[in-house]
Amino acid sequence: MTTRATINGSARNAGEWLGDLLTGHHGRRLVIALPYLWLLVFFMLPFVIVLKISLAEVLLGRPPYSPLWQYLEDSTVQIQLHLDNYRRLWEDPLYFIAYLKSLKIAGISTLVCLLLGYPMAYAIARTRDSLRNLLLMLVILPFWTSFLIRVYAWIGILKSNGLLNNLLLALGVIDHPLALLHTDFAVYLGIVYSYLPFMVLPLYATLSRMDLTLLEAAADLGCRPWKAFLRVTLPLSLPGIIAGCMLVFIPAVGEFVIPDLLGGPDSLMIGKVLWTEFFSNRDWPAASAVAVVMLVLLVVPLALFQRAQEKSEGKPPL
Amino acid sequence: MKRRRPFLLFTLLAFGYAFLYVPIISLIVYSFNVSRLVTVWGGFSTRWYGELLHNDQILSAAWLSLRIATMNATLSVILGTLAAITLVRFGKFRGRTLFSTMVSAPLVMPDVILGLASLLLFVTMEHLIGWPAGRGITTITLAHITFSAAFVTVVVQSRLSQFDISLEEAAMDLGARPWKVFLLITLPIIAPSLLAGWLLAFTLSLDDLVIASFVAGPGATTLPMVVYSSVRLGVSPQINALATLIVATVTLCILLAGWLMHRQETLRRRAPVIDIS
Repeated sequence: MTTRATINGSARNAGEWLGDLLTGHHGRRLVIALPYLWLLVFFMLPFVIVLKISLAEVLLGRPPYSPLWQYLEDSTVQIQLHLDNYRRLWEDPLYFIAYLKSLKIAGISTLVCLLLGYPMAYAIARTRDSLRNLLLMLVILPFWTSFLIRVYAWIGILKSNGLLNNLLLALGVIDHPLALLHTDFAVYLGIVYSYLPFMVLPLYATLSRMDLTLLEAAADLGCRPWKAFLRVTLPLSLPGIIAGCMLVFIPAVGEFVIPDLLGGPDSLMIGKVLWTEFFSNRDWPAASAVAVVMLVLLVVPLALFQRAQEKSEGKPPL
Repeated sequence: MKRRRPFLLFTLLAFGYAFLYVPIISLIVYSFNVSRLVTVWGGFSTRWYGELLHNDQILSAAWLSLRIATMNATLSVILGTLAAITLVRFGKFRGRTLFSTMVSAPLVMPDVILGLASLLLFVTMEHLIGWPAGRGITTITLAHITFSAAFVTVVVQSRLSQFDISLEEAAMDLGARPWKVFLLITLPIIAPSLLAGWLLAFTLSLDDLVIASFVAGPGATTLPMVVYSSVRLGVSPQINALATLIVATVTLCILLAGWLMHRQETLRRRAPVIDIS
């Protein structure tokens, strides 16, 4: 009995000692260090490596790229930076068109998401409590079901003998099937559909937190409802608008699955170009250069998103 | 404030929900279709579910994906919670801006970039330190953790910041050690967000095609990779059956989680006294 009590006691002491270690001054450091180091190694470092390999030359072998530096015999280091990958990006119009097209498709889709998502978020935020949670859950639910499968669903709808064409034919709106699948239209539709919840959720978060007495005050001072909306509600929801737009725009620029499954040969987006460089051409350095330029294009949107996240400190928009 | 319901607003809301749900409902309906032609209704049948259950390729890929998703979710919750505590509780520290940037960037970073970057990291690491040897389940899990943990952080962060810190102070005043305060006060209160974060990380991993394709070796084929290659060949009723099963599972889980949270909330309201002994 005594031994057991002692063992229990010492185990408990050890537990408390460990607990105090974790919550004390050193513990604080440990709590910060673990995710910090993880992100440095698995998130930050990879970008440095991407930059490095984008300056290498493609080789046949494992790994399929040339080393950046080599130690020569007379204790010198030879550094070879190949800028060919970037020159190709600049000279071959295919890449330029793909970048431009990605920015255009992502930009227009973001705008459509905002125009559809804002009224939805507004309506959800202003309904009565009991209904609100249900409506919110219905927005979140598709976001939880497989993205790939939701994109796949559109193939069945948009095919030339698909649901939409059959419906329109039956209604007599058209007399021969429309080519909907493998067009830019399908890509826009797919992106708006997939990313709509990402727009609605942050908008809902800012709109539901808004102080409604501000609108009452505006009305008391003789402001018409639509004017109150433009001058009070809209500016107050700006952080949500920025967060929502960036949550849609940034991933949409690099989207691969949607243009690949729904897009046609001319809906060439940069994510698909990167995928082809990597998987079909096995050109890792070229894929890296494509990624580096994409990141550079996304720096401003990323900074905007980061600022929106920081501002909503503690009240994240998602 | 009483206001009339604007008609246009609710029409748009209804349209938005129809837009979100029509594709999912069409998948479910056609999963019970006899005909192989996905868009022609041939009569009710559960044939495709039977074939799905005998499709070894899909089953083994699903098993692999579930294992990866479970590991990923568990480790992401630990990492994400630590990151959330850091952001909410530790105020300013050196390198905070870099930290919060690294936490929020994976939320929006395009998959192709994350996938390529992770792969190049693993190849370099293997070259330098010999780990991770080869590519497969380990590399997929590691790559998934990095972006899932960011989502967990957001979820836990929002719960932590609504947290009434005086509860912790009260426990501390009553002589509880910080560690005990964390276990008995903080953890139970943020537990729903940990559950939500776990489920979110789980589905994110289960759903990912692009990152897994980059970092998977030839031996590891996850469920989305099988779905993708079969979808590229054309519409398949088995995929519809699979989609229906996924939607049903997710709906059940969300309803269950909602019910659990609701119950916990009512219980807490009924019994506001917390026993910290």
